[in-house]
Amino acid sequence: MSTTTETTESRARGKAPAGEKLADWADGRLGIYSLAKANLRKIFPDHWSFMLGEICLYSFIIIILTGVYLTLFFHPSMNEVEYHGSYVPLQGQLMSEAFNSTMHISFDVRGGLLIRQIHHWAALIFLAGMFVHMMRVFFTGAFRKPREVNWLFGFLLFVLGMFTGFTGYSLPDDLLSGTGVRFMEGAILSVPIVGTYLSFFLFGGEFPGGDFVARFYSIHVLLLPGIMLGLVVAHLILVFVHKHTQYAGPGKNNNNVVGMPLFPVYTAKAGGFFFLVFGVIAAIAAIASINPIWSMGPYRPDQVSTGAQPDWYMGFSEGLIRVMPGWEINFWGHTLVLGVFIPLVIFPLVLVAIAVYPFIEAWVTGDRREHHILDRPRNAPTRTAFGVAWITWYMVLLVGGGNDLWATHFHLSINSITWFVRVAFFVAPVLAFIVTKRICLGLQRRDKDKVLHGRESGIIKRLPHGEFIEVHEPLSQDALHTLTAHEQYKPAEIGPTVDDNGVERKVKGSEKLRAKLSEAYFGEESQIAKPTVEEYKEITSGHGHH
Amino acid sequence: MKKLSARRRHPLAALVVLLLALAATGGLYAAFAPADKAQADETAQSLTIEEGKKLYAVGCASCHGTGAQGTTDGPSLVGVGAAAVDFQVGTGRMPAQQPGAQVPRKKVIYTQAEIDQLAAYISSLGAGPAVPTKNQYSPEGADIAKGGELFRTNCAQCHNFTGKGGALTHGKFAPSLEGVDPKHIYEAMQTGPQNMPSFPDTTLSEQNKKDIIAYLDAVNGDDTESPGGLELGGLGPVSEGLFAWVFGLGGLIAIAVWLAARTAKAKKS
Repeated sequence: MSTTTETTESRARGKAPAGEKLADWADGRLGIYSLAKANLRKIFPDHWSFMLGEICLYSFIIIILTGVYLTLFFHPSMNEVEYHGSYVPLQGQLMSEAFNSTMHISFDVRGGLLIRQIHHWAALIFLAGMFVHMMRVFFTGAFRKPREVNWLFGFLLFVLGMFTGFTGYSLPDDLLSGTGVRFMEGAILSVPIVGTYLSFFLFGGEFPGGDFVARFYSIHVLLLPGIMLGLVVAHLILVFVHKHTQYAGPGKNNNNVVGMPLFPVYTAKAGGFFFLVFGVIAAIAAIASINPIWSMGPYRPDQVSTGAQPDWYMGFSEGLIRVMPGWEINFWGHTLVLGVFIPLVIFPLVLVAIAVYPFIEAWVTGDRREHHILDRPRNAPTRTAFGVAWITWYMVLLVGGGNDLWATHFHLSINSITWFVRVAFFVAPVLAFIVTKRICLGLQRRDKDKVLHGRESGIIKRLPHGEFIEVHEPLSQDALHTLTAHEQYKPAEIGPTVDDNGVERKVKGSEKLRAKLSEAYFGEESQIAKPTVEEYKEITSGHGHH
Repeated sequence: MKKLSARRRHPLAALVVLLLALAATGGLYAAFAPADKAQADETAQSLTIEEGKKLYAVGCASCHGTGAQGTTDGPSLVGVGAAAVDFQVGTGRMPAQQPGAQVPRKKVIYTQAEIDQLAAYISSLGAGPAVPTKNQYSPEGADIAKGGELFRTNCAQCHNFTGKGGALTHGKFAPSLEGVDPKHIYEAMQTGPQNMPSFPDTTLSEQNKKDIIAYLDAVNGDDTESPGGLELGGLGPVSEGLFAWVFGLGGLIAIAVWLAARTAKAKKS
């Protein structure tokens, strides 16, 4: 290429261009050449579902950028002031400085409201993106060795994101978020013995006190985002180290990655995608209002409004508390508020249920190999069914969290909805599990049928003797490979119970359990044996088959 | 009879039948329909009450009893006052369409003159709050911010921050206050219709009620601006979350699918 020759020529004259000099200077101090050499040509596969994580990363960056702007104007203080800003319906009202400065940002700082709305919308989309990204990883089995740690990093990011969101939502000290903080205080108080101490420690005395905004502020802008940033970097480094997973297909195997290089293809695509994500979020923030604190008014512990819900990612905890019967136990002048404490205990369990699944699956399969080819969800029916059951569980709780809006918008009784959620909390995941597993098996059967008999072409042919048949088109070699690339486990069996010397050993309970689970995972009821080469040959060779 | 049957195929027979039918329907309607326009405007108070009593007998007595003493289907109306009648009938809630958890707002079927007559009749049965004057409920000269504070303290727990409404138990609900006549808001506070508690002047003074009406007019009126853009129903985080999922994440996934479909082509060697 001409540029290369020019460079060599100029170097021959002893004059490197400025860019090259700068690069040399930087390389001498940072070692960027070897870093770039190792990573710039890194190959990534192309699929839309691999871009979900990017949505999260970019919305996280947007949140940080807009958040910095907001800190320039926000006063994390609960000192009482009188409002004298531009919004008429709150004139002369007493409020905390936190609320006052948020009103100032919304009405009197140039671009303040837009930035606030971008920040908040980006937060909702960040969490939604993480949820979907996590489900993509789950349903394709991308959490398997060697990516279990990265799965946990991602899970931690989701949970920390929830709490970062919650603390941020509480900062303006408006009536809606104040009700949410009160809710949290109630949950803390329900903890036996130490509840009151914890609450007094967190709020610096009786709720609401004069401290929590400043404390939440440090947690929201410093502590949690700091941890999250570290986790994001670690998450991305691990993606590089493990290399990206890919879907099965011709030419793809467990030891390669088929795709495009990071530079220049993905630097351009990802860079462009960042601006698209920013554009969509900015457009939404410009179109639709979010958290209109001026409508809600400043927080006062003696006031409350109906429709007080947290942002969506905390909605399932709201659902838990709304549908829980108000049980309590009184003894020796103490009250154990089970109606609040049980939801508080279930809250982390809901999250942990999905987080520990990969380890349970690894234990059941006993598979210690690395996996870089993704599963199609139908080929892992038990896992898929578990995932759908978990999502159903989560969604049922979300319905419970919004029970009042379901009631008003669908003209239902809020009591019936609450009872529905109470029952569905136990029943719906089981139903979802059974139904999903059946669907997966059905799809596996269809795949098998397609491999052996080809695709239904929709062409009806009449044979000379009058019989009508539908013409089936054989699949291409590529498609055949893709449909049969997955491997199928055999149910684990309990090893010989009698050793060579005829001594009987004791079979451990865990071993029995594992065998049972393995049978449930991979037994005849749980997977359709994929077509073998012999079957395929016999059918396609044309003996006794049209 | 024979003559009649002989002429039933006469070319004009259909016309005669039609005329007869029309006369019958019109006559029946005239006989049974409620008087459309009673001459209430110029008549004396007792006549108004008399007219109201007639209207009551046709439209209300089946549930509230012939003497407004109440039945199992409807409460006694003795002492509820003209304000309650003006609210219930003026917002179309009464006459009720069907029994249920709560009688919803619907199309008003009586004219204001008829409502006044009904109100006069009911208030003649026992003293109760009167229909407020325009001076009492007009938002002029009221303190909006104070009204907001009062609204958040007394009303928001059922009607939401800005009066968008909310759910109550067993299918009952606090209705949206959007587009409700200030007079009716005043009367509702005064009389406490259906599931709402009443806020008599001893609880919320006349000025307080004015402030609340002015606040609602400012934050949930026809000219209310939404500084942040689309209000999404003003229902808080549930509708925001739904919007973020559908249009935010939904839009971004659509873009991701579009982007992934545009792969750089490898050069053929």
